[in-house]
Amino acid sequence: KIKILMMEAVVSTQSTGFNPDFISRMLSRLDWTVFVQSANLLGVGEGLPDMLPEDQDFDDEDVLKKIHHALLEVEVIEGELECPETGRKFPISKGIPDLRLNEDEK
Amino acid sequence: AVVSTQSTGEEHVTSHVTSPLICLEIGSGSGAVTTFIKSLYPGAFCLAVDINPVASRATRETARLNAQDIDVVCSDLGSGLEMLYGKVDLLVFNPPYVVTESTEVSNGGIEASWAGGIDGREVIDRFLPRARKFLAPSGVFYLVGVQENRPEEICTSVPGLIGCIVATRKAGREKLWVIKFTRNKQESNSS
Repeated sequence: KIKILMMEAVVSTQSTGFNPDFISRMLSRLDWTVFVQSANLLGVGEGLPDMLPEDQDFDDEDVLKKIHHALLEVEVIEGELECPETGRKFPISKGIPDLRLNEDEK
Repeated sequence: AVVSTQSTGEEHVTSHVTSPLICLEIGSGSGAVTTFIKSLYPGAFCLAVDINPVASRATRETARLNAQDIDVVCSDLGSGLEMLYGKVDLLVFNPPYVVTESTEVSNGGIEASWAGGIDGREVIDRFLPRARKFLAPSGVFYLVGVQENRPEEICTSVPGLIGCIVATRKAGREKLWVIKFTRNKQESNSS
């Protein structure tokens, strides 16, 4: 299941220390397409490349800072996630997504 | 269980787990453990999961009060988080391990924090196969329980995981153990 964020989200932005090493290490663990899609939905996708370069030593600091911002500094407080396969919506409330299924969905 | 094994656990974890990138706790409860883990590894992404939304909110608040930035999700044993399969460097679970009737095993009330059903194993056994899926190739998984859960059996009960008891502690009437699991390096290319 890949989840897409819905619009109408209440979003909070908080600045946190920029750690380029952490960001570089995280890049290989991210589903880049989903990340960019989510960032765009939240209005923080500008400047993010459509695809990551192949080589491991990605160190364009400007882009790393944009990734840092979208990844760590922006948070959905109230909103919804939607499963693209089933259309099932999962609420986010007080910053906590609720992924529990009902008995009849298990 | 958490507090009493924490001091034993800290030396062990920090000497065996170096710079995890992604940490996942199942059953975060008050949030003490994930908050503690984040303080050990400030550079890590720490995610805390609990089936009880009250616990999820408590986890978030505990982290906030301790100025630690963690993420929290309300989920049943990490279901819905399949995107993290094969990516978790440090996985921890302090399960409901108390031996109870099967019918007491809960799906989200306060009993979910301790009721473990037959041999205290029902929730543990439901999670173990998922633990194997969550772990990154060099990831480690720490599980806590009591003697009644038959830890020696747990160590070898999951295909693809090798477990060994790394700590034991008596806390009141409970004889606690901590098992450390790693992925079996000899398995074929299933990730």
